[in-house]
Amino acid sequence: MSKRFTILILSLAVVAAAFGGPALAQDDCDFVGEIYLGVIAPLTGDIPKVGQDTVEAAQMAVDEINAACGLEVDGESYEVIIVVEDNESKAESSVAVATRLIVEEDVLGIIGPQASKQAVPTGQVANDRETPMISPWSTNPDTTFDRPWVFRAAFLDPFQGPVVASFVQNEFGAETAAVLYDVGSDYPKGLAENFRDAATANGIEVVGFETFTTGDTDFSSQLTNIIADSPDVIFTPQYYNEVPLIVQQARELGYEGPIVGSDSWGTADLLDLCGEACNGLFFSTHYAPDIATEVGQTFISAYEERYNATPSDVAALTYDAFQMMFMAIENANSLDKADVRDALANIELFEGVTGVMSFDEQGDPIKCAVIIQIQDGAFTYYDSACPAGFPPETAE
Amino acid sequence: MDLSFFFQQFINALQLGSLYALIALGYSMVYGVLLLINFAHGDIFMVGAFLGVTGSMVLNLPFVPTLLLAMLVTGLLGVTIERVAYKPLRQASRLSAVITALGVGLLLENGMLALTGADPRSYPAEFIVTDSTPFGLSFDSVSITNVKILVIALAFVLFLGLYTIVQRTKWGMAMRAISYDKFAVPLMGVSQDQIISLTFLLGAGLAAAGGILWGVAFPVLNPYMGMRIGWKAFIAAVVGGIGDIRGAMVGGLLLGFIEIYVVAYGKNIGVSSTWRDPIAFGLLLLILVVRPTGLFGVARRQKV
Repeated sequence: MSKRFTILILSLAVVAAAFGGPALAQDDCDFVGEIYLGVIAPLTGDIPKVGQDTVEAAQMAVDEINAACGLEVDGESYEVIIVVEDNESKAESSVAVATRLIVEEDVLGIIGPQASKQAVPTGQVANDRETPMISPWSTNPDTTFDRPWVFRAAFLDPFQGPVVASFVQNEFGAETAAVLYDVGSDYPKGLAENFRDAATANGIEVVGFETFTTGDTDFSSQLTNIIADSPDVIFTPQYYNEVPLIVQQARELGYEGPIVGSDSWGTADLLDLCGEACNGLFFSTHYAPDIATEVGQTFISAYEERYNATPSDVAALTYDAFQMMFMAIENANSLDKADVRDALANIELFEGVTGVMSFDEQGDPIKCAVIIQIQDGAFTYYDSACPAGFPPETAE
Repeated sequence: MDLSFFFQQFINALQLGSLYALIALGYSMVYGVLLLINFAHGDIFMVGAFLGVTGSMVLNLPFVPTLLLAMLVTGLLGVTIERVAYKPLRQASRLSAVITALGVGLLLENGMLALTGADPRSYPAEFIVTDSTPFGLSFDSVSITNVKILVIALAFVLFLGLYTIVQRTKWGMAMRAISYDKFAVPLMGVSQDQIISLTFLLGAGLAAAGGILWGVAFPVLNPYMGMRIGWKAFIAAVVGGIGDIRGAMVGGLLLGFIEIYVVAYGKNIGVSSTWRDPIAFGLLLLILVVRPTGLFGVARRQKV
C-alpha cells in the first residue's frame, strides 16, 4: 500500500516538473542562452536610497528588454539576467564584489558603482580584468581616465564645477563663496576643487574652503569659520544623508544666505530628512522630469506606474547605462567582452532619458546639466546649462 | 579673531564634548568594575538613539518619556548583554572578553540593519521644539540654540547624578569596592552579580541618553553611527583616565574642545580643517605619553 502511494506521488511530481518547467519561460521568445550583467550598487551604508534606485531601474530595463525577446546576437535571442551585488558604500567591498562578478559569475559587463568613491577603484579592477564597465552616476574624471574598458553615463565634474560657479554668479551676483566638503571621498573633493578653480577664474573670491571626514555629523566649527567670513553663497557637494545636517547647522549658526549643491543632492530622501529647511535651495544635476523629452516621458511614466515614484537622476542614468550596454552588445553582435567594449567606444550620439549625449576620446559623455530648485518639498526644474557649441536638449 | 567667534566655538565644543563625555562615562564605569573594555558600548549608544525614534514616532511620546523609556530599555539591554556574553567569561582571559565585546557590537549593528533597513532616519521636527525656530539665545553674532542648551545641561545633570550615586550611595560604594578588590566584595556580603548588573544598567542608560541627545543634535541616524563615535569616546575615556568617571567627563570634553578649536584657529597658523583629526589624536597621544594612566587614572600594581 505505502509502496504504491510512493510511486503515485513520485509520478505526480515528475509530471508536475515536466509541465511546471517550460511554463515558467517566456511564451513566444526562444531564448538560446543567457547574458549576465553585473550590477554593483550601495544597497547598505550611507546612501542606500541610491542603491535602491539603481536596482529598480536595472530591473525595469532588463524586464523591458526581455519582454522584447532579449538581446539578439548572431540571429539568436538571449535572455538578459542581472546579478546584483551590494558594495556597502565602501571602496574595498566594491572591489571585492567586482572581482567576484568577473571571475565567478563571468558577467559580460558591469553597470555601476554609482558613487565615485567606489567607482574609481572598481574601474581599475574592470580595466585590469578587461570587462566593460559603465558607471551611471559617477562624475569624477578618474573613473574613466586612461581606462579603455570603463565608461559612464553622466557628465564630469570639471564640467559641473564651472556650471555651478556660473550659476551662483548669475543668480545671486555672488562675489564671495565658501565650500564645505568631505575630504575623504573622491567626488566631493574633486568637485569642490573644480568649483573653487572655476569660481576664482570667474572673479569670485573663495573665502572659505573647509573640510570634514566621511561620517562626521558635527560641522559647527567649520561652519562658524565660514560664516565669520560672510560668504555670499555656500557650496556643499555632499550626499543626501549629510546635506540636512549641514543646512540645519548653518541656519542655526545664523547663516541666512543661499546654500547650493550638486548632483549628489538629487535623491528624494533628501526632502524627507531636510524638510522645510531645504526649501528654496538650488543644486545642479543630470536631468529634470519636468523638461523630459519623449524618450524621457516614456521612461518616467513606465517607472511611475511600476514603482509609484518619480525616477531620480540615479534611476534615469542607470536606465541609460543599460540601454547603452544593450545597444553595444547588439551592435557588436558578439558575446565577446572585447567586441562589446569596442562597440561601446564607437557610440557617437546617444539619446537617453537624461538627454542627448555625444562622447569624447575618454569615453565620457558631453551633455547638458540642469539646475533644480527645491520648492514646496519637491525638486523643480529651474534652468539648463549646456557645453558651448553643443546642441541643447530638444525640449518640448 | 573676536570674542563672539571664540564664544560661539566654545558652545560648539561644549555640545560636542558633552556628547562624547556621556558615552565615555559608560566605558569608564564598565572598565572600572570589570577591567573590560566594552567595545559594544558604541553600538548600545546607537540602539538607544533608535529606541528614541521608536518612542517618538511609533508611540508618539514627547521628549522626556521617550528619553526615560529609552534609557530604561537600553539599560536592560546592557544588563542582558552582560549576563549572556560577559558573565560566562569572567574567569577567562581578558582577550576573550574583548573579542566577545567586538562580536556583540557587530551583532547589534547588523541586527539593527536587518531590523530597520539601511535608510537613514531622523526624529520628527516637533520632538524638541514647540515651534519651528530654535528659541535659544542669540546675541552679538553668537547663536545658542535650545538643542545645544539641552545637550550641555542634560549631560552635566546626568554626570552629577552618576557621581552622586557612585560617591554617596551604598551601591556606588560597592561599585568602587569591586574596582578596588573584586574578590573581597562577596566576603562583605555584597553580591558581585548585582553590582555588575547595576553598572551596566547605568552605563547603558547613559549611552542611550547620549544617543537620543545625539539624534536630536544631528538628526540623521543609521545603524553604523555607533562605531565611529564609540571609538572616539573610548579614546576620550582612556585619555581622561579609564576607570574614573571624572576622567571620562574631562576626556570627552577635552576631545570635543580640541576638535573644535583646531578647526577654528588652525587657519591662523596655516593648518586647514583637514588636519583636525591627526592633530586632535596627536595631542591625545602626547597626553598619554606624558601620563600613561590618563589624566585621572591611577596606576595598577601587579604583585608578582
